[in-house]
Amino acid sequence: MNHAPAKRITPEDIKTHGLSDDEYKKVLEVLGGREPNMVELGIFSVMWSEHCSYKSSKKWLKTLPTKASWVICGPGENAGVIDIGEGLAAIFKMESHNHPSFIEPYQGAATGVGGILRDVFTMGARPIANMNALRFGDPKHPKTKHLVAGVVSGIGGYGNCVGVPTVGGEVNFHPSYNGNILVNAMTVGLAQKDKIFYSAAAGAGNPVVYVGSKTGRDGIHGATMASTEFDANSEDKRPTVQVGDPFTEKLLIEACMELMATDAIQSIQDMGAAGLTSSSFEMASKGGMGVELNMNAVPQREEGMTPYEMMLSESQERMLIILKPGKEELARKIFEKWELDFAVIGHLTDTGRMVLKFHGETVCDLPIDPLAQASPEYDRPWLASTKQPVVAAKDVKNVPWRDALKTLMGCPDVASRRWVWEQYDHMVMMDTVQRPGGDAAVVRIHGSNRALAISTDCTPRYVKANPFEGGKQAVAETWRNITAVGARPLAITDNLNFGNPQKPEIMGQIVEAIQGIGDACVALDYPVISGNVSLYNETDGKPILPTPAIGGVGLLDNLDQMTTLAFKAEGEAILLLGQKDDAGWLGQSLYLREVCFEEKGAPPPVDLAHERKVGDYVRGLIHSGKITACHDLSDGGLMVALTEMALAGNLGCRLENIAAPLHAALFGEDQGRYIVTVKAADAVATLEATKAAGVPAKQIGAVGGSAIFLGGESVELEALRKLHEGWFPAYMATAT
Amino acid sequence: MRAAVIVFPGSNCDRDIAVALEQSIGKPTTMIWHQDTDIPSDLDLIVVPGGFSYGDYLRCGAMAAHSPVMREVKRRAEKGMRVLAVCNGFQIVTEAGLLPGVLMRNRGLKYVCKDVHLRVEDSQSAFTAKYKVGDVLRIPIGHAEGNYFADEATLKQLEDEGRVAFRYCTTKGEITDDANPNGSQRNIAGVLNKARTVLGMMPHPERLADKKLGGTDGRAMFEALVETLA
Repeated sequence: MNHAPAKRITPEDIKTHGLSDDEYKKVLEVLGGREPNMVELGIFSVMWSEHCSYKSSKKWLKTLPTKASWVICGPGENAGVIDIGEGLAAIFKMESHNHPSFIEPYQGAATGVGGILRDVFTMGARPIANMNALRFGDPKHPKTKHLVAGVVSGIGGYGNCVGVPTVGGEVNFHPSYNGNILVNAMTVGLAQKDKIFYSAAAGAGNPVVYVGSKTGRDGIHGATMASTEFDANSEDKRPTVQVGDPFTEKLLIEACMELMATDAIQSIQDMGAAGLTSSSFEMASKGGMGVELNMNAVPQREEGMTPYEMMLSESQERMLIILKPGKEELARKIFEKWELDFAVIGHLTDTGRMVLKFHGETVCDLPIDPLAQASPEYDRPWLASTKQPVVAAKDVKNVPWRDALKTLMGCPDVASRRWVWEQYDHMVMMDTVQRPGGDAAVVRIHGSNRALAISTDCTPRYVKANPFEGGKQAVAETWRNITAVGARPLAITDNLNFGNPQKPEIMGQIVEAIQGIGDACVALDYPVISGNVSLYNETDGKPILPTPAIGGVGLLDNLDQMTTLAFKAEGEAILLLGQKDDAGWLGQSLYLREVCFEEKGAPPPVDLAHERKVGDYVRGLIHSGKITACHDLSDGGLMVALTEMALAGNLGCRLENIAAPLHAALFGEDQGRYIVTVKAADAVATLEATKAAGVPAKQIGAVGGSAIFLGGESVELEALRKLHEGWFPAYMATAT
Repeated sequence: MRAAVIVFPGSNCDRDIAVALEQSIGKPTTMIWHQDTDIPSDLDLIVVPGGFSYGDYLRCGAMAAHSPVMREVKRRAEKGMRVLAVCNGFQIVTEAGLLPGVLMRNRGLKYVCKDVHLRVEDSQSAFTAKYKVGDVLRIPIGHAEGNYFADEATLKQLEDEGRVAFRYCTTKGEITDDANPNGSQRNIAGVLNKARTVLGMMPHPERLADKKLGGTDGRAMFEALVETLA
C-alpha cells in the first residue's frame, strides 16, 4: 500500500469528523505515527463516535446488573436474549432514532423501526411485536403537530408493511422536547434457544457476504450527527437521514429466516449506524479476526461511489454475513429467490487488520484490535443533582375532584392514544391478546397458550426532579404494568436519552439515573439485557428532560390466568392494594402540573422492597383466579386509574372510604399500588388474606352505574369518554 | 376440502389466514409461491391474502395482479374454483379484473386498524352460508386503501344481483356514514362475482376467529367453506 495519504488531513477534516484534538492524537498513536487517509479517518470517526463507542456512558453502564439464570445473552450483542422455557428464547432491544426523526420525521421514525427489527432478526429471532416510546414538544409549539403526524405515519408505514404488529408504547408531550423529539423503537422476537446467531466472526478464509439493498449515498455521517447537539442549521442535515424500504426489509426477514434454518451461517450482523464500517469492524473485532474487503464488489445504487462513501453510507436493509466454507451457492439461491442483492465482498483473515481494496489498490489498512482498544472512554465530571423539597398536600390547591378529573382525562399526557395506535397494524400475526390501551401489551407465543407481556415506561418529570428515584421508577413501572396483566417480569432493555454529557449537571443525571435503574433491577430480579444511549439531545444549549426509557418483557405461563384492566360486572368490590399510610404524594404529579400549573417538588419515592412485595402478591392473586380486573396506578393517581378501568369496561363505580385530603388521595402518585376488583362475596376474605400477607389493602368502593360517584357528586362516563377520546383527534385535526 | 394460500413477496397475512383455515379444516393448507404456476389440480379454495404485495409501490395490488400465479388463479376462478381475497387480496383481484371496482385511498387519508361492524347482505355463497342476512359481525380492518369505488352502473348491477356481501354498519346494523371507516361507496366492505364463487373483502375475517383474540365472528366463514366444499 501507498501509505502516503492522497490528501493531507486538515484540522477542519478532524473537526467535521467529530474528533477532538486529543482523539486525533490517539488516531496517530494507533497508526504508529502515520496520518490516516480520508477513508481511515472516516472509520475512526464513526467507530469512536458517542453513538457507536458509548464513550461517555460506558463507565456507568458497566455497573448495571445484567445477569440472571434466565439470561442467555446480555448487552454487547445486537440484542439481548432470555430463556422463556419450552426450548424458546425471547430476543429484544430498544433503540433511539431521535436526531433523524426531528429532521425528517417520517423517514427518521420508519428507519428507526427498520433498524431495531434487524437487530432482533439478525440473531435468529422472528420479530413478533414492536413497541415505541415517543416524546414530543409542547402541543402548542408550531412544529409539534407536524412531527407527531410524521413520526406516527412513519412507524406505521414501516411496521405495517413488514407485517409485525405494533402493540403498544407511550407518547408524552413536554416543552423540553421542542427542539429534540425522542423516537425510541423496541422489537421483541422469538427464536429457538439452540438456534441463536451471534456476531463474532471466526474462520480465516471464510467468505464475507453482503445481502439486502444496494449501497447508496444516504445517511453518510448519521452516527456522527447523532453524537452532536442541534443548532439553528440542523435542518441542513436532512441529507444524512436514511430512507427506509419496508418491502425490502420484509423480504430480508424471510430470506434470513430461510438461510438461518440451514447450517450455512457462521456469524451475522445488520448494517446499522455506520453501516458497513461498524458491521465488518465489530464482527472482526469480536472474533479477534482480520477482514479484507473488495470495495468494487459492494452492490452500489449510484455510480462513481468512493470507498469512503461506501464505508460510511447508512443505506438501510443490509446485512453482513460470514458464511461457513462452501455455502455460498446455497445462500445465493435463497437471496435470489427473494430478489435481494447477494455479493461475496471479501474474506476473513488472521492478520487482525481491516484492509479495503478498491480497483486493486489498498485504500485502508487499519489494526482492528488497537483501534477498538484505544476507543475513548471518559470519566466525565458530574454534579450530584439538587434534592427538591417534598411538597405537602396542604400547600397544594384542593380543586373540586370532578373538575380536576375532567382536566386530567383530557390533558395531552393522559388522553387516549387511539389516534396513534389505530394507524399501526396491531393485530397482524394473530397473536395480540391484549391490544394497545391496557397496562402491558400481551402477545401470545404462536401456537401455544403462553404469552409475552411487554411495556415501555419512563416518567421524565420525575427523573428531572430526582434522577435516582426517577430511574428506579421507570423500571418499577414496567415491572408493575407487566405484573398487572398477570405476567412474571423477566428483563429489560434501556434506552437512555439525555442532553450533553460534557455538562456536569447532565452527566450527573446520567450517573444517578443509571444508579437508580441498577438498584431497581437488583431489587426486582429484573436485569438489563440490551440497550442504547442517545446523548446530545439539546438544541441551542437547552436539554431535554432526562428520559431513560425502559422496555420490560415478562412471561405469562398460562393465558387463562391473564387479567385486563376493564371493570367486568356491576357490584364487584374495588380494592386498593399497596397504599402505605403516608398517602397522597402530590410533588411532580400530573395534578400539580395540569390542574395547578406547577412543576415542582420531589417525585414520589419508590420503595423497592414494598414494590416487590405488593407486586408479587398481586400476581399471585391474579393467578388464583379471584381477581376480575387489575390496573396499576401511575400518572394521575387513583382517580385516573379508576376512570380508565371504568371507560374500558363501560361501567361506572361508587367510591367510599377515601382518605383526606381528597385531592392528595385521589390524584397523588404514590408508587407500588394497584387497583383490583373481586366479586362482592370474595371481598372480605381477599382483604383479610392480603393484610395477613403484609400488603396494605382496603375496599374503596364498588363497580356500577354509568358514572363515577363520590360523596354525593358524580361525573358521567360519557362526559369523561368524550374528553379522554377527544383530545388527540381534535388536536391533530386543527390547522397548525 | 383442499385450500391453498398464494404468497407474494410482501404478503404478510398469509400465515394468519392459513392458521384460521387449518382450525376449521383440520389439515394443513398449501402455500403457493408467486412464481409457481403449477397449482395443485384438486384445490377447492384459493386465498389471496392480505399484506403489501411488491410493497404496494406502484398501486396497491397492481403488480401482483400481473404475476404469473394470478393468471393461473384467474383461469381456475373462471372454471368455478372458489377464491377468497382479503384486504390486499381484494385489491389484487380487482386489479386482475376478477371483481369489479377499485379500492382507493381511505377518505381519512390514513391507515386504519380497528374492529368494525359489518352487516351481512348475502348468505347465498360458499363463504357466507353460515351467516344470516342482517347479522352484524365484528371484524377488524387494517388498511390505507379500502375505499371501494365503482361507477353507478356497476353499483346498480351489484345491488340488483345481490352481490354486495358485507356493508360497514353500526353495532345495531344501521348503515351510516359514521360507521363507514374509509369512505366506501354505499358502505361496501365486500363483493361477490356474478357466479358467487369469488369474494373480495377489506376486513380480515381471520383476525377474529379465535376466542383468545377477543372474538369469533370470522370463524363462520371458514366453517361455511369447509361445509360447502368438503
